[in-house]
Amino acid sequence: MLFEALTFQLGYNATLVTIGAVLLGLAAGVTGTFLFLRKRALVSDAIAHATLPGVGLAFIALTLLGFDGRNLPALLIGSALSAILGLFAVQWLTARTRLSEDAAIGAVLSVFFSFGIVLLTVIQTMETGGQAGLEGFLLGSTAGMLFADAALIAAGGAIVVALVFLFRRPMTLVSFDPGFAATSGTSLNRIDLVIMGLVMGVTVVGLKIVGLILIVALLIIPPVTARFWSDRAEHVVIFAGIFGALSAWIGAALSASAPDLPTGPLIVLVSFALFALSMIFAPGRGLLASAYRHRWFQRGVHIRQGLLALAQGQPIYEPLTLRLLSRAGLARADGVATESGKARAARALRDEKRWEVARATPDLELAAARYDGLTRIEDVLTPDQIAEIDARIGGPEAVA
Amino acid sequence: MIGADFVPFALTPLLIGCLASVACALPGNFLVLRRQALIGDAISHVVLPGIVVAFLITGTISTWPMLIGSAGAALVAVAMIEGIRRFGRIEPGAAMGVTFTALFAAGVLLLEQSDTSGVHLDVEHALFGNLESLIWLDAIGWSSLADPQALAGLPPEIFRLAIVTALIGLGLMVFWRPLAISTFDEGFAETLGLPVRAIGLGLVIASAIAAVAAFDAVGSIIVIAMFICPPAAARLMTNRLGAQVLWSVAFALASAISGFVLAAYGPLWLGAQNAVSAAGMIGTVSGVFLALAALFGPTRR
Repeated sequence: MLFEALTFQLGYNATLVTIGAVLLGLAAGVTGTFLFLRKRALVSDAIAHATLPGVGLAFIALTLLGFDGRNLPALLIGSALSAILGLFAVQWLTARTRLSEDAAIGAVLSVFFSFGIVLLTVIQTMETGGQAGLEGFLLGSTAGMLFADAALIAAGGAIVVALVFLFRRPMTLVSFDPGFAATSGTSLNRIDLVIMGLVMGVTVVGLKIVGLILIVALLIIPPVTARFWSDRAEHVVIFAGIFGALSAWIGAALSASAPDLPTGPLIVLVSFALFALSMIFAPGRGLLASAYRHRWFQRGVHIRQGLLALAQGQPIYEPLTLRLLSRAGLARADGVATESGKARAARALRDEKRWEVARATPDLELAAARYDGLTRIEDVLTPDQIAEIDARIGGPEAVA
Repeated sequence: MIGADFVPFALTPLLIGCLASVACALPGNFLVLRRQALIGDAISHVVLPGIVVAFLITGTISTWPMLIGSAGAALVAVAMIEGIRRFGRIEPGAAMGVTFTALFAAGVLLLEQSDTSGVHLDVEHALFGNLESLIWLDAIGWSSLADPQALAGLPPEIFRLAIVTALIGLGLMVFWRPLAISTFDEGFAETLGLPVRAIGLGLVIASAIAAVAAFDAVGSIIVIAMFICPPAAARLMTNRLGAQVLWSVAFALASAISGFVLAAYGPLWLGAQNAVSAAGMIGTVSGVFLALAALFGPTRR
């Protein structure tokens, strides 16, 4: 089942939904990166929660006018309108009152959501409301979706991806260097509006797949995951898109493969799993890489200090130092230097002396600041400078 | 509306709504001032997996396992946020977003996968609560308030929330000065030798306790709305902290009472038959108060 779902063989509708989800994940990951860099990630939470009253009102209006209340395009238009209102409320509260943005976000998301719940209970008591299935918008439900709806979601996802592609340059510019963007004639407000518009698009397309409570995860987790894999802006954007699409694909497939597996939570959990794996295993910023670097540095410092002690004829008390030295073949277990240990010790001592002189020389002070007990002076100073230092400390000395 | 039905069917949910609102609004004042308003949002999402796990272990939805489960989930969330922030070097807002969405998703998945058909536990319940069902069947009228036998039949939530609200109020009074100083001027508080980090942590713990106690009775919507809306509205009414806290309690009570009444009786006045969600209406009304304060509050700018 899972294999069929992953390879788009579970029927036409499921395939369309999965394609829609993948496009949605891609668009959300990329848009989320810009949002994350503009430090407005949680505004999307307010936008997402603010869609609920729109969905409810659209359903009620349709039913009262005698149409089928479950018309997805109409519900999505309703959700977009109330999301715009919610975004406007956040902006207005932040700009026109003393409240900070986080309070405005929290207020808007809780109040709009509350009102949406009131509308849902109203709908439940309406004659046609019992089978409305609007709860599906809370956590996403793709089971038993109509063909037209699945096609709409796939098309919506494709449009959002196209818009992201179209606006990628100004958005990148504004996110990574707002000052430069402003001086080079890009309107910050207009691009911020574009980013918010795309967030709105992601939210509306994602309502039926992920649900409004968890859509914010698709905008936050992939960018944060991508951050572990690269320090370069354009790469982070691409990685975020890939991680978003991957989570949506696997999550939607898992959800289609068995009953009682809601789509939204599964996509979020897959996305979190990718995040956790990245945090542990990513080269560079991952936990294992950091731990390895730490150990490597610790080992280097121990060996260096051990060599210096050998060079100066001092006993080594630290067991770890002794163990590292004897494992590297530089000293015997009782702390007596081997032949190669003596050579290395002499070199370490000389290096240390050179650093000492460099630190005391005003011209070399800047370079000497790079001393960390491991860096060889040859990597910092030119041969000429070293020769100058050597002239002051004399030739190499052998270790007894 | 003050008929014979009022005491058994409306008095206890009304009281519980008021207590829950005040319990959340009190710490909310400081969260809003410290720009940590969204912590309430995060906590109320995280409680769900804790409750589900507690249910899966004990097989019942009794009070203490639920409380311990949700408190445990809150601790796990704090540890996760802190770990992601420190070891992953991710900014706090994003770390919070990653944590609460993932935990909430896990809670929903567990809930859908486990057999909860025999008990009243589902996602809707967690979100909207069931304030309306916390009725006092032993009561026959106002006279029951003096009847020990009827009083014994009060819903247990009412006592739990009363205790939590009292504890939070007491804690605020005892730690008022250090809390106020560290909220407005952390640097100054540090030079005075106040344990700034411990105070911040204490505030988060108090908020979590309020959220967990209220969540069980009224669902997470009221919790989020009450953490933010009454304190935010109060902040637009006054510049003094003491007055702000009092305003926030007033807004919380007004929201709870008018929201509950509107939900229970409003549809009847409009000619409809069924009541609407009380939790949703209380949150909505608190938003109306905030909007009014934002438009007309004396210190709105």
